[in-house]
Amino acid sequence: MSATDTPANLPAPDATSRRGPWGEVLHSLLRSGTFLTGLGIVLFWVICALFGEHFVPYDPLADDIINALAPPSAEHWFGTDQIGRDVFSRVIVGSRDILTVAPLATLLATVAGTALGLLIGYFRGIVDDIVSRVLEAFMAIPVVIIALLAIVALGTSKITVIVVIGLSFAPIIARTVRSAVLAERELDYVAAAKLRHEGALHTMFVEILPNVIPPILVETTVRLGYAIFAVATLSFMGFGIQPPSPDWGLSISSNYGMIGGGFWWTVLFDALAIASLVIGVNLVADGVHGAFND
Amino acid sequence: MVFLGGQVLPGNVGRAILGPFADERAVDALNHSLGVDRPLLVQYGTWIWNFLHGDMGTSYIFRAPVAPFVIDALGNSMKLALVAFVLVVPIGILGGVIAALNLNRPLDRVISLGGLSVTVLPEFVTGIILILIFGVWLRWLPIAASWPKGAGFFTQLYYLILPSLPLFLVLFGYIARMARSGMIEALDSDYTRTAVLKGLPWRTVIWRHVLRNALLPTITVIATQTGYLIGGLVVIETLFRYQGIGSLIFTAARGKDFPMLEAGILTIGIVYAVATLIADFLYSVLNPRIRLGAEQ
Repeated sequence: MSATDTPANLPAPDATSRRGPWGEVLHSLLRSGTFLTGLGIVLFWVICALFGEHFVPYDPLADDIINALAPPSAEHWFGTDQIGRDVFSRVIVGSRDILTVAPLATLLATVAGTALGLLIGYFRGIVDDIVSRVLEAFMAIPVVIIALLAIVALGTSKITVIVVIGLSFAPIIARTVRSAVLAERELDYVAAAKLRHEGALHTMFVEILPNVIPPILVETTVRLGYAIFAVATLSFMGFGIQPPSPDWGLSISSNYGMIGGGFWWTVLFDALAIASLVIGVNLVADGVHGAFND
Repeated sequence: MVFLGGQVLPGNVGRAILGPFADERAVDALNHSLGVDRPLLVQYGTWIWNFLHGDMGTSYIFRAPVAPFVIDALGNSMKLALVAFVLVVPIGILGGVIAALNLNRPLDRVISLGGLSVTVLPEFVTGIILILIFGVWLRWLPIAASWPKGAGFFTQLYYLILPSLPLFLVLFGYIARMARSGMIEALDSDYTRTAVLKGLPWRTVIWRHVLRNALLPTITVIATQTGYLIGGLVVIETLFRYQGIGSLIFTAARGKDFPMLEAGILTIGIVYAVATLIADFLYSVLNPRIRLGAEQ
């Protein structure tokens, strides 16, 4: 059995288990109530994002001024907004943009963060010192502020949001990967690779990377939760996802001004949708964390 | 030590801000053909020099000096942040301590899971739900944080409760979780065991031995939350139409009012650095093992 087959962070397969380390993780995931609940919620929204527009009762973008601001009824389950669009249809289809932007931002953060973390963890020394300080300085600025600046400089678009969130989260992932790599690089298989005269890149990406996958997976699921948080917040602030998208944060921002008038249905369901998605992703993250650390 | 030297130095935060900043200056120069003939560094130098002398520049939109706006806004934000902090620090610590003392019992689960759920929710989501409950349905609290002119302390406080609650919720989970794990560790330690075996009453053990050690990491977390708090302020102040530093930056960014934007961001950079310093100081006061000066 070569070292790369048995990630060191996983429990070694014992005699009673023939599932292998990944099977073991999968098995404990499938028995975790937290994970399954979270997965159920997330899958619900993914299905809404993919197929929502085929089963919603109304076109989420079609206005109907005569029926504007109608309270929830049998006809409009969640009521209608200020130009008569059906809130139920908008909430269902509104999952689409956030579920595109947030995972892409997380993916960017994971790829960039992993590469950076591997580099600084493997080489240590001056590279590590300098890059780590820069990363810390970066992490000290709230994402909202970075986003504000980037949007002023680059203009508003989904791409800007993906890049801003991706790059703001990359340092956090880099830090996690770095500390995992620091532990791995002292192990025998890395020494063996060096003895075989493998190049630094080969050692980093072929030897070490597979062994630090567990902490990366955990961190990525956690970051996805924060990415959804950030995307929702940015669209609420009017950056990123733009009208007429039925995005949840955007809908809240265009309707909350009327909240004092008692038109609660125009914002409540969007708020609950964001809340459920964020909690769902965090439950999944919690489950993944548990599965790798038991 | 626990805090890396670099993080404490204001220079680091300043440098971090300088990056995005230089960009703005470039955009600024293009847009307004102001000071295009001067190199960026000179512009930046003059600007920082003036800032240090209390001159933050002139707002493009208001055609008036930026400083009074920033100082007013900072004052307002401080009030809001203070209300949130005064509420969350004791309650968060209390929550964590209660959870740890009831480890793995239902009360612990309720506090831990509840804390975790509210912490992960965006401020504007909890804000909207709280506005609906307390402002629209129950009508207990005002939904906008703008009190009548010349309102007294308690009236202002009354207006600030609702906006501070979402910030409270986000911070509560973090603080409670840190306090809980600190407590669990301290309860499990040898000195606690010794104190109990010495025959000290349980109450004394908790107060004199466990709490002091358990709360050290919590203080660190509270300090790092200042950054989050500032990000949260931008959102909350927009939601509640509150004239704070967050909404000032937001408005300035939207209106491309660069002097205002820069002054606002540098101000929060300074606030952040000061908060980190205070946390370091508190930490060293509370922890007899670390003394200032011994760090070199």
